[in-house]
Amino acid sequence: MARNKDGLTKALAEIPAIREEFYANVYIPGTGQELNQSLERAGRVADFLEFAEVMVLDALERKESCGCHLREESQTEEHEAKRDDVHYSHVTVWEHRGVGQPPLLHQEPLEFEAVTPSQRSYK
Amino acid sequence: MAAKNISITVKIWRQANETAKGCLGTYALKEISTDMSFLEMLDVLNEQLTLEGKEPVVFDHDCREGICGTCGAVVDGIAHGPEQGTTLCQLHMRHFKDGQVICIEPFRAKAFPLVRDLMVDRSAFDRIIQAGGFVSINAGSAPDANTVAVPQQQAEQAMDAAACIGCGACVASCPNAAAMLFTSAKISQLALMPQGRPERKRRALSMVAAMDEEGFGNCSNHRECEQVCPKKISIRHIARMNREYLAAALFGE
Ligand code: FES
Repeated sequence: MARNKDGLTKALAEIPAIREEFYANVYIPGTGQELNQSLERAGRVADFLEFAEVMVLDALERKESCGCHLREESQTEEHEAKRDDVHYSHVTVWEHRGVGQPPLLHQEPLEFEAVTPSQRSYK
Repeated sequence: MAAKNISITVKIWRQANETAKGCLGTYALKEISTDMSFLEMLDVLNEQLTLEGKEPVVFDHDCREGICGTCGAVVDGIAHGPEQGTTLCQLHMRHFKDGQVICIEPFRAKAFPLVRDLMVDRSAFDRIIQAGGFVSINAGSAPDANTVAVPQQQAEQAMDAAACIGCGACVASCPNAAAMLFTSAKISQLALMPQGRPERKRRALSMVAAMDEEGFGNCSNHRECEQVCPKKISIRHIARMNREYLAAALFGE
């Protein structure tokens, strides 16, 4: 599975429309006063739609390849995932600021004392 | 066998909550592929009901591959339906005929209060396990192979007991609503293995006490439980549980 800027940008543009369609057309039988499996599932879909957006955003922001996040723009000459520890040696948290609002990026640097992260080699 | 489509009528127990009055709802289903599982048939029904603006049928399910013990209903009077050694999720519509009327009810037992429609609360099983269905000694790190010798026959019997998925079909089928097949499977499994032996007496006493406290009945050898058990657990485990209990009660720790 590979990701690139074009694909991610396209996804980012499409998700809000899907979310709007979901909220406009969702039909949930029953009420919230009793056990309601349809309500539970609708809640999960709503959750996924928010989560999908933040995942795409994060994938777009991280321009390096790292682990199973393979950005096509970031590969070695032998087409292996190319890390960029100078710019991306950090963990990211996105702060939700309401639906439709851009989330706020928080970063925390990763400091390695015993090991040095390096390019994975299968050779 | 090539798949074909059948039309069926399902009569399903509908009940809004534990105290509400329940009744059988009748629903006609067309174009049900014989390749579908029983739960997929219920999915089709629920989709149909939702599109009609009616409330779908509440039923429990999770893995849908016969390993988790979450699904279960009484189909034409038999827990998990007509196929032996099969959970409801693994039962396929090819076992039903075109035009058949199928009656679906929840697992009924005093200790399994009804939540809604086909869903019952089986947390009583969790409390039985919490009473002793575990090994709390520190068994250390993984030993080398064959340092703890377990006779083949015992390993096999423990494995058979460990196959229990805790679905509750045994309780639903027992005229006494006993949970003895379930409880005995766990007691047996652990009593047969060296790691479980140090606590076997305490375990037998407290798990049986927990079982009684939850309001389950006692075994009177009807053997309905082993007939419906999707994992074909034998009531020989109940005999072993009784021996374990007797030894613990007579001779103590
Ligand atoms: S859904 Fe897991 S056993 Fe049927």
